[in-house]
Amino acid sequence: MTARVAVVVFPGTNCEHDVVGALAGLGGDAELVWHGQRSLAGYDAVVLPGGFAHGDYLRPGAIARFSPVMEAVARFAAAGGPVVGICNGFQVLTEAGLLPGALQKNAGLRFVCTTTGIEVCTTRTPLTAHSAVGDVLRLPINHFEGNYTCDGATLARLRAEDRIVFRYTDNPNGSVDDIAGVCNEQGNVVGLMPHPERACDPLLGSTDGAVLLGSLLGVADTRSRAVPA
Amino acid sequence: MRFEVLVEVRLRPGIADPQGATVERALPALGFAGIDHVRVGKAIRLQVEAPDKAAAATTAQAVTERLLANPVIEEADVQVLGPVPAEVAVP
Repeated sequence: MTARVAVVVFPGTNCEHDVVGALAGLGGDAELVWHGQRSLAGYDAVVLPGGFAHGDYLRPGAIARFSPVMEAVARFAAAGGPVVGICNGFQVLTEAGLLPGALQKNAGLRFVCTTTGIEVCTTRTPLTAHSAVGDVLRLPINHFEGNYTCDGATLARLRAEDRIVFRYTDNPNGSVDDIAGVCNEQGNVVGLMPHPERACDPLLGSTDGAVLLGSLLGVADTRSRAVPA
Repeated sequence: MRFEVLVEVRLRPGIADPQGATVERALPALGFAGIDHVRVGKAIRLQVEAPDKAAAATTAQAVTERLLANPVIEEADVQVLGPVPAEVAVP
């Protein structure tokens, strides 16, 4: 495998080593990229991992979207490169306008930390290319602001354009339409609240996350062969 | 001149407000009756260096739209409270 994956680290990110470890375990070449970096040249996929970027001050992702690396992420996404935001990374992508909607405080004001079922709703994204629609994956969630919110017109578009990527089987946070993950129009930018990187080893209770990250690596690998470096 | 600005950020009407709902539910237990429509937002104060009040308002409005509020779920009011007295302008 020749794919190189950039795992972006903001001040306050805390899941970057889990993501690098999970990708390495699947044969990928993942590297940490500091948020001050302005280029993502040479990478075939980008992951924004979970944590508390810039302390989640003001709103999760509100400050992170102005980090220098985000312009490079936007260019990488516009060029069709696979971009995945996990948990706080999903929040950053919505704040940056790379994904629609917003992630509000959980219904009931509960921090949720549990394993949840999510149903794959589309296979058009780099994360779900190895799955089938209707597959139910068991993945950990760990968040206070994961309540996906958008207006009615946006929700109608997401449904019509096949952009709802995952739905919770048992909604843990009040998300509209049970949404656990969405993608952009082209399908190459995906955000999800559950943590696939924490479900890549039988010791951790589930290996369903490996299906998603393995798919991402497959897409990145194809890309690395297609696009001259 | 330096102007004191107050920005009120609140959730748009129709967006569920779990914090407001929680506060509202706590009130009867404290003996307060007849209170509803509790909404929790943010108040942000800042000082803006600008030639006049209108310019301060324009700058604060731009800051609010760019950073302080997320238009997907929030709306905001920007209020220029007035000039900051010179002697306390720089703490």
